[in-house]
Amino acid sequence: MDSPPVTGEHEPEPRRYGRRLFLATVVGGVSSLYWGKAAWDHVTGVVSPVADALAPIIPTGGWRIYTISGHMPAFDPATWRLEVGGLVERPVSLTYQQLRALPRVEQVSDFHCVTGWSVDNVHWAGVRIQDVLAAARPHASGHALRFVSMEVPYVDYLTLGQASLHDVMLAYEMDGKPLRREHGAPVRLVIPEMYGYKNVKWLQRIDVVPATESGYWEELGYDQNAWVGRSNGYGT
Amino acid sequence: MKAGYVKRFSPVERLLHWVNALGFFFLLVTGLILYLPSLSELVSRRQTVQGLHFWAGVGWLGVLAAVVLLGGRRLLATAREVERFDSDDLRWLRGRKAPQGRFNAGQKINAILTAAFTILFGVSGLLLWFGEQDTRFRFASTVILHDGLMYVSLALLVGHLYLALIHPATRHALRGMTLGDVRVEWAVKHHPKWQPEGVRVDWPRTRHHAPWKPELADADRSRRR
Repeated sequence: MDSPPVTGEHEPEPRRYGRRLFLATVVGGVSSLYWGKAAWDHVTGVVSPVADALAPIIPTGGWRIYTISGHMPAFDPATWRLEVGGLVERPVSLTYQQLRALPRVEQVSDFHCVTGWSVDNVHWAGVRIQDVLAAARPHASGHALRFVSMEVPYVDYLTLGQASLHDVMLAYEMDGKPLRREHGAPVRLVIPEMYGYKNVKWLQRIDVVPATESGYWEELGYDQNAWVGRSNGYGT
Repeated sequence: MKAGYVKRFSPVERLLHWVNALGFFFLLVTGLILYLPSLSELVSRRQTVQGLHFWAGVGWLGVLAAVVLLGGRRLLATAREVERFDSDDLRWLRGRKAPQGRFNAGQKINAILTAAFTILFGVSGLLLWFGEQDTRFRFASTVILHDGLMYVSLALLVGHLYLALIHPATRHALRGMTLGDVRVEWAVKHHPKWQPEGVRVDWPRTRHHAPWKPELADADRSRRR
């Protein structure tokens, strides 16, 4: 055995390594508020095997499910309709089948939450908003859209300009499967340029309105135009 | 005190441990409901769970602080014990056999990290809560810190539970954290440098074929046996 017998006489004074470890952990942790996300993105971005290896271990797929009411809406294909109304010539009520029959588009885009987490390369399939609006024929006096969730009282707004950005869609599939309940089944708004709270889940109604108003989170102080990296205190 | 047993953890040390454990488990369960999509769907009352999680966290920190104040000088002495690493501790950490005190070096590190993580959980949790209401408290990395702490703490907890409940050589330690005392022979074998003060224990001469001889606090005591 290589450890010498203990005599207790020639022992140097014990060192307070514990205090250093404690302080280093606390300081490192608090300072990570400034570098944590950059470091994490760097590690998972540069060393993609790291991200691949972590993906099956982290059970969330990177998602966090935010709801605002006591009950998560459940989709019933028999009764669910997507109503399109407001300032339109002909209000429209689409069944799930009718929605699926509209021209299908697919895209891969990143999803960013205002609280700091992101999910990269989400594969969405759905329809463009213009294709939904076309049948209802909006009036010229309408300049914005109100998206109403089945989760009362969640609503949010986009200007028509924002809603016609090239990668804004109403998504009914995510990563090759029908949208799951917790992700907003049967259809949710996807606007990758803006933080998640604008990406209204569990859609049941789209109204053409004269102008944007405050949605659910804007009432609580979040920015109306939730551009990723340029709103809500980020990048300003 | 039962014959053949020696007091290892004082009531206030045990109180601190169990308050921490209870709070941690409650926060882990409510936190996982907020974190895991499948559980979020199952429970679905996010506002309620979020409130429970936040106020439980605040309560946890408050009660921990109260216990620390209650413990006062006694807990300060424990902290001094935990923060000091002698050359045997460093050897032990390198995987060598080296005699350990009342806390072995691994237990010291676990305790230190647990304390530091509690503070970081508190800071990041408060920032998440207030960040939802005010952009001045919002950092892009808060959620990464809070989640990262959860993952590391969970790993520590799994190791801790294995050693405390399953591993045959160490699970006797659980008795020290519940009833407060442990068998003398076990203490001598696992913590030979520990010299309990003010406790009338006859430390037996090593009955085990340990590679070192336990240091004896008082030659007289051993002779009496």
